[in-house]
Amino acid sequence: MPGRVPHNLKTTPFHARTAPLIQGQTWRRWSGYAVASAYDWTHDREYSSIRNAAALFDVSPLHKYRITGRDAARLLDRMVTRNVLKAQVGQVQYTTWCDAQGKVIDDGTISRLKENEFRLSSAEPNFRWLHLNAFGLEVAIEDISDSLGALALQGPLSRTVLNEAADQPVDALKYFRVMDNRIAGVDIQVSRTGYTGDLGYELWIPAAQALEVWDALTAAGRNYGLAPDGIWALDVARIEAGLVMLDVDYHSSHRAMIEPQKSSPFELSLDWTVTFDKGPYNGRKALAAEKARGPLWRFVGVEIDWDSFESLHVAHDLAPALPSVPWRSSIPLYREGRQVGYASSGCWSPLLKKYLALAHLQAPHFATGTQLEIEITVEHQRRRAHARVSRLPFYDPPRKKA
Amino acid sequence: MGNQYDAIVIGGGHNGLVNAAYLARAGRKVVVLERRHLLGGAAVSEQIFPGYTFSVYSYVVSLLRPEIIRDLELPRHGMQILPLESSVTPLPDGDYFAAWNDSDLTRRELYRHSAMDADAYVEFGRLMHHMARSVKPFLGMIPPDPTSLAPGDLMGLLKLGGHLRSLGAERFHALYKLMTMSSADYLDEWFEFGALKATKSASGIIGTFMGPRSPGSAYVLLHHYMGEIDGAFRAWGFCKGGNGTISNAIAAAARAAGATLRTEAAVKQVLVRHGRTTGVVLESGEEFQAPIVVSGLDARRTYLDLVESRELPDELLEQVRRFRFRGSSGKVNLALSELPDFTCMPGVGAHHRGAFSISPSVEYLERAYDDAKYGEFSRRPYMDIVFPSMIDPDMAPPGKHVASIFVQYVPYQINGGWTDAKREAFGDAVIDTLAEYAPNLKSAILHRQVLTPADIEKTTGLSEGNIFQGELALQQLFFLRPAARWASYRTPIRGYYQCGSSTHPGGGVMGAPGRLAAQRILADA
Repeated sequence: MPGRVPHNLKTTPFHARTAPLIQGQTWRRWSGYAVASAYDWTHDREYSSIRNAAALFDVSPLHKYRITGRDAARLLDRMVTRNVLKAQVGQVQYTTWCDAQGKVIDDGTISRLKENEFRLSSAEPNFRWLHLNAFGLEVAIEDISDSLGALALQGPLSRTVLNEAADQPVDALKYFRVMDNRIAGVDIQVSRTGYTGDLGYELWIPAAQALEVWDALTAAGRNYGLAPDGIWALDVARIEAGLVMLDVDYHSSHRAMIEPQKSSPFELSLDWTVTFDKGPYNGRKALAAEKARGPLWRFVGVEIDWDSFESLHVAHDLAPALPSVPWRSSIPLYREGRQVGYASSGCWSPLLKKYLALAHLQAPHFATGTQLEIEITVEHQRRRAHARVSRLPFYDPPRKKA
Repeated sequence: MGNQYDAIVIGGGHNGLVNAAYLARAGRKVVVLERRHLLGGAAVSEQIFPGYTFSVYSYVVSLLRPEIIRDLELPRHGMQILPLESSVTPLPDGDYFAAWNDSDLTRRELYRHSAMDADAYVEFGRLMHHMARSVKPFLGMIPPDPTSLAPGDLMGLLKLGGHLRSLGAERFHALYKLMTMSSADYLDEWFEFGALKATKSASGIIGTFMGPRSPGSAYVLLHHYMGEIDGAFRAWGFCKGGNGTISNAIAAAARAAGATLRTEAAVKQVLVRHGRTTGVVLESGEEFQAPIVVSGLDARRTYLDLVESRELPDELLEQVRRFRFRGSSGKVNLALSELPDFTCMPGVGAHHRGAFSISPSVEYLERAYDDAKYGEFSRRPYMDIVFPSMIDPDMAPPGKHVASIFVQYVPYQINGGWTDAKREAFGDAVIDTLAEYAPNLKSAILHRQVLTPADIEKTTGLSEGNIFQGELALQQLFFLRPAARWASYRTPIRGYYQCGSSTHPGGGVMGAPGRLAAQRILADA
């Protein structure tokens, strides 16, 4: 069919609903799709909805793969760093996957939907990598990224909203579990997962019926302060939750131009996703060696000292200028005058009233409580504010898992 | 003694001009002697049809060394590079394959043909970026002779050895494969979609008498990846005003540095006394004296036409006689009343600001090669088409257009020899093939210029019409270009140098040979 590819960004299955809501036209790119940075002119209210009520995110641009067949579990188990063979039907696993050198290619979730049916969701395309790993295995790999829409319903009232909208109550759905459900007559899956570090769910919805589900959810949420949320609000929440983001906090080893741009799971402080309690898998040997030797880098939280930050501004007769939206850039970190790492994202936490950053620090400077300095530009001059290594997550409400 | 100079440059092609500009900037009194009425060699813009400007021969720019652009301040002398935004390959079934100037858009396009290739494309691009960087140091150096024990050669070899060791296993192995494989085989290791493989492998056959399945063609692929614009490899651009503007800018830089540029001054012979050059004599009988004479002409003309054979060692003459030219490409330039309307992408659009590649499959290219192998032009040739008037509106009258069609294969040695009738039959094959993808083409043609390798040789002087002054085949590269022991821009005649694309690192409006030869000459002085 001639002229099949139009010259504009792809739109998600929810575009007909999200487009009229975006007041500031803050469209941005995510995997070739147009998504909202914020629906309001600023993201303040949207962020509040995550921690105070309920927020609805369109996360359809995630890459999604359906893996079926006799060897489906074997394929994923040889590819990723967690033990997939142990996963029960209805369980979801967050995991990284590595190259032979033990460097992270991507991170994402694996849902065991049936004994021989899995869904992998990831930040970057992994179709070819799945195929390369599937050589000789009896397995079918289907890219369902475009046919499956995804919504994240997050926040303390997300369960209430979902119970009003869905046919089956979700009260019994435990953290990192997935269930079949139905909303507005549409068969969907609900997983208790998310990217906010709060109570929340992700809904996996056939693209063709996406709008019916959106309408039912927003109707159910009307009495509970449900707000559509953009990427800025999501970014604040995921920084508070200490969750790493591909292409922002680290680079896929498949895309990195040089070795120092690659990271191991240990260097990303994702040790808990690496198991040696299983058979051979990609990167196992290198990861075992790294575990024995101890990682050279760690991914940590950094709290910027308010008094120090404020005094740098006061020196110029200014009030402290906080970033209006979360930033995603590399900022040097120093200890006793020497650079020991860099922050890769940061934001003001409206809830904690702290200026936070996620950072990579070299050994031995990553111990919690280590005093650092972070580069701050005030009135076009580079200054350094005091900062401190903090445990992640910065914010971890009990309701997340309760 | 009005014709007394420090250096004489024979041939006002882009490399001769670059060489003259560098020598003049170093304070030498330089004259460039060009046979034709205009400077530029194969990088010229001409109004072959009134009101319509054509880059008659070379037509895009990518390989031109950025250091030359900066050193000679070419933008100040009128050169402006505009982006070529895309590459579209129309397919026989009415579909197309397009690569756009945005990674998301290209991924989306490729994905509909092959989800595997959409993923592989990014990693392939990354590897080729590394490969181009691996080879880049070679481009900027005078080739050392691996059999020589001279200190300069040994230093160069040590530097290269260290560089190759620093590549690491993965990149070294990839480089080895690129040096030995055919482009089709190499691409088979990465991709499954035929039109993608064909369009990429086409880069591996340009200007050579090889098919995509001929071993060694993978290197030519890399050669075309090395073009860099604004630090980005594999970026192709279009020079405002056509490629003649590049030559004119270099000429202006040379003139500004004090060089004398003479056109309609065909050199007949290089004068040699006691193994040393003393100057040149023109066809007209006029003489020029200089202790340095630099030939920008190809190896055949430099050694076999311009000097008497008794001045040169037999083994060199033998190598030069065997140096392979075998021109395999031609050019069709069109003045158009309207743009071709491609069935696969109807209407006028962004796609007309990029290139069109007629390369639907590797088999198609290989069959095109088969015709040439047996002495005929390809009945259905490979083509690379651009519409310069869509990028630079000054190239044609308002609302009208020009098309530049690079065509391969069209052999220099055609069965029965080239005649006017055969040239037009070749032109018809090109237009007929292209019209299958854009049916309005034939009625839109206002003027047609068809150039075979024989025509290119006749006008520009490039032997056998080879656009690179000799094939970019592995046995003709680096310390073997153009001949073993004589790859360092010197010749056996003292004071006589070579600076054309027949020398390292080869052709493609790169300018590197002209610059490196100038370095050699200035170091020898």
